[in-house]
Amino acid sequence: MANDWLMNPALLMMLAGLLAIRLPTKLLGPLAVVTPTLGLLMLCQLPNGEQGIVSLYGLTLTTLRVDGLSFVWAVIFHIAAILAGLYAWHVKDRMQQSAALVYAGAAIGAVLAGDLLTLFLYWELTAISSVLLIWANRTARAYTVGLRYLVIQVISGLLLMAGAIVHYQATGSLAFDHLGLDSPGGWIIFLAFGIKCAFPLLHNWLQDAYPEATATGTVVLSAFTTKLAVYALARGFAGEDILITIGAVMTAFPIFFAVIENDLRRVLSYSLNNQLGFMVVGVGLGTELALNGAAAHAFAHILYKALLFMSMGAVLLRVGTVKASELGGLYKSMPWTTLFCIIGGMSISAFPLFSGFVTKSMILTAAAAEHQWLVWTVLLFASAGVLDHSGIKVPFFSFFYHDAGHRVKEAPWNMLLAMGVTAFLCIAIGVWPEPLYAILPFPVDYKPYTSYHIITQLQLLMFAALAFCVLIRKGWYPEEIRSTNLDFDWVYRRLLPAVVKKLLAWMWRLDSAVRAVAMKAVHAVIEKVAQSHGPGGVMSRNLSTGTMVSWLSVFLALYLFFSFYW
Amino acid sequence: MLSHLPILQVILPLLAAPSCLILGRPALAWGFSFATSAAAMLISMLLLQQVWLEGPISYFLGGWEAPWGIEYCIDLLNAFLLLIVSSLSTVVLAGTRQSVAAEVEPNKQTLFYVSWLLCLAGLLGILATGDAFNVFVFLEVSSLSTYTLISLGRDRKALWASYQYLIVGTIGATFILIGIGLMYMMTGTLNMQDLAQRLPVVADTRTVFAAYAFVIVGVCLKLALFPLHLWLPNAYAYAPSAVTAFLAATATKVAVYLLIRFSFTVFGADFGAMDIPLHQLFIALGLIAVFSASLVAILQIDIKRAIAYSSVAQIGYMIIGLGLGSAAGLQATLLHLFNHALMKGALFMSLAAVALRMGSTRLDDLAGLSQRMPLTAMAFVLGGLSLIGVPLTVGFISKWYLVIATLEMGMWPVAVLILVGSLLAVMYIWRVVEVMYFRDPPASSQVSEAPVSVLLPLWLLVVANIYFGIDTALPVSVTADAAQALLGWGK
Repeated sequence: MANDWLMNPALLMMLAGLLAIRLPTKLLGPLAVVTPTLGLLMLCQLPNGEQGIVSLYGLTLTTLRVDGLSFVWAVIFHIAAILAGLYAWHVKDRMQQSAALVYAGAAIGAVLAGDLLTLFLYWELTAISSVLLIWANRTARAYTVGLRYLVIQVISGLLLMAGAIVHYQATGSLAFDHLGLDSPGGWIIFLAFGIKCAFPLLHNWLQDAYPEATATGTVVLSAFTTKLAVYALARGFAGEDILITIGAVMTAFPIFFAVIENDLRRVLSYSLNNQLGFMVVGVGLGTELALNGAAAHAFAHILYKALLFMSMGAVLLRVGTVKASELGGLYKSMPWTTLFCIIGGMSISAFPLFSGFVTKSMILTAAAAEHQWLVWTVLLFASAGVLDHSGIKVPFFSFFYHDAGHRVKEAPWNMLLAMGVTAFLCIAIGVWPEPLYAILPFPVDYKPYTSYHIITQLQLLMFAALAFCVLIRKGWYPEEIRSTNLDFDWVYRRLLPAVVKKLLAWMWRLDSAVRAVAMKAVHAVIEKVAQSHGPGGVMSRNLSTGTMVSWLSVFLALYLFFSFYW
Repeated sequence: MLSHLPILQVILPLLAAPSCLILGRPALAWGFSFATSAAAMLISMLLLQQVWLEGPISYFLGGWEAPWGIEYCIDLLNAFLLLIVSSLSTVVLAGTRQSVAAEVEPNKQTLFYVSWLLCLAGLLGILATGDAFNVFVFLEVSSLSTYTLISLGRDRKALWASYQYLIVGTIGATFILIGIGLMYMMTGTLNMQDLAQRLPVVADTRTVFAAYAFVIVGVCLKLALFPLHLWLPNAYAYAPSAVTAFLAATATKVAVYLLIRFSFTVFGADFGAMDIPLHQLFIALGLIAVFSASLVAILQIDIKRAIAYSSVAQIGYMIIGLGLGSAAGLQATLLHLFNHALMKGALFMSLAAVALRMGSTRLDDLAGLSQRMPLTAMAFVLGGLSLIGVPLTVGFISKWYLVIATLEMGMWPVAVLILVGSLLAVMYIWRVVEVMYFRDPPASSQVSEAPVSVLLPLWLLVVANIYFGIDTALPVSVTADAAQALLGWGK
């Protein structure tokens, strides 16, 4: 088929996004739900293999590749888009709705991309469209945060482009398959992916930006960008050992920040970072079980993380803040939201019968099977930490603990419905994981519910919960106070600028002096040009016919002269 | 029927012109002209397909064999140009009815369409014929009708501009005639292919040198090579908007074709370069044209005039490509012929829409146009982006091939200057964008969007600008083969 590149669910989503700019606001909600549903149907109709071949400037682009790996991601991205659409049904802001659709479409397109150039285009598009979700808050703070976010995302895109060019020069191929780390191009692309995946020390954009988006925007943001990066890593760098170390560090260090952080959406951002670590470890292990685990975990993670962000979004909508120090006792006024938040918390903490349990354990088992005991231990510690900061802290401080006295309405029906469906999916995957296992990239021969596994997990969870109780009782748990926690971004947001500023101060003085002279010269030239070329100038004056004819004769004379006497 | 396509291509609009006069009513005349032009476009498509599949076509007028009778000779080069001219004429004509109704006096509107058809016939004739004298005849047909078309402009200065063009254009045509006469004197033939065979024998005579000089200078005037461009800005600025769009997209292209045809086919690729630094001269004049005309365009008050100057600059790019003298350079020129027709067509069409609604194309009158006429403004911006050479537009393709061709010859300073020239285009397009998008419209203005009949052909051109910027298969493969054939045939 010549035009099968048009049969791309990503294009459908982006088209709907463009449509949303002009649609009556009443139709925005239905559009945001129906489009991804249609996209999902479209995706299921697509045959496996590489399609959508497009030739551009002599390069052959594969815009559509459906295989085991990309299919899982495409499916969950569609589901996330449907749920986010439902959650944001009431939003009348065209910019947000349109950006969310384009963003989801771009992420889907990137996952289905079969070559690096197509990937790059979608990669940049996710950056540009998602920043609108942050700017949609329309505050000065959101604007600066959004700019920081955009700069980092675009840098990631440029690195990807640069890496793709280097890779193309070296191999003559733009195909997006296993790239590996044995060439410079591979390293540059790895760095690009690493930024989007929020590797340690490259992670700050995530915690910086996500809590600043709108109540509904964060739900959308949490689903796509980082998981797209995990997909890209799984496609290009599966089995690279360095990823195991990076992933293990990623699971462990955000826990400390999450425990002391006051803004609950930022807590969730840290825990998002920590969960990504599990997937990165899975990708790094590179065995079939580990890659299945990473894919399954991404699938489950998108759902429960969205659920948690949804519940916090509902709190933000009703109360106006998600600072732990100002919340508490909300279970009385928002019982359903409380329930859904707890389900999200239990899923992320991997309680048996919840989705986290059947996916996270695959990665742990894979680590054990590879005899990576140190990594295994770190992951175990991280699992306990997750329970503390996401499973208990978030619901506990917002819905229980000290009653802060907020008496608000329950979340709107569409938010409750979205949360209900998501919660249902979280439990359904936990109870009946076979359908999820069936669409994983490799055949699955894994039983999550063994008595050994259930008992260890429960023990772990109980002790972690116990630890939390003891800390709270003894008053040792860090109080929820308004504070700014210094993360690594202090180095490049405060220290480096200060140093560079000093250094540049005298250079600027020199520069301005040089520039003053240059500007004077340029002005003089412009003046001259304006005189000769401007209206009435020599070059644009209306000349008499005689002048034209004389030019003609001069031209002919010169010409004849040259041809006779050269 | 199919074997008579070459003559039908020319004779159809030529005979349609007087028939159009009988129709009388402007609306009927418009419909008839449009149908004729569309038929000519269809014929040119068939011709291009035929040439592409089966190679060059020779058609003997009245069955008289070549050196004695008149031969029409269609190869890839002129089949390609026939398509450009006839399709641009059709598209522009489709959107002109209202514009002509607004800008031309009612009793002259039928005459307008008659002249249009004559001009089209002349341009197609120049392209189709393989006979040097025939070229002159058709050149006169098209020129005379062009003078008429220009003089129909609303502004009274149109008459003056047309008269000036008439004087200068006639001198140019006379030069061409003198050149052809000198050639005939030396060889006794007017058939181009015959000339190509016989000229080398007498190549070292002064008469042939003079013939060459006269022809080249005459043609350079018609294509508005700097500094022989002085007639163009006025003619384009004061002509009715539709005529400007038509002429800018076709007339200069045909003149460039003549330059290519005479210097590569008739005299042979090496002739000019052998004795005089013609190539260097072309490159130098082309660069001066790019810079000088772009600078003038930046400082113009009237946008139509600014874009007219930009045409002079764009012709500069084509001449640079020719001056390189390589297959790649020639291909770049041919590509730019096609692409420039698309972008200038789109730009002047959008200006025609503006003139139709606003009654003016002065920069100050365009303030806030994007709010009043969003589609027209957007079309202008996209056409402008193409003119600048932004990737994914046709402008990028021609600049790309031209720069590659200059680098191939090792002339990197020329490549740099070409790119700097593009920056000047950014300036004169941006001025307009700034006024259209970032200034508020005057509160009193009650302007509405242009009618669909104008927007449709306009956007067709805009889409073509983008489509051929992405799918370059047709123009690139045709021009590559045409360039090869020209250089091969010349030797």
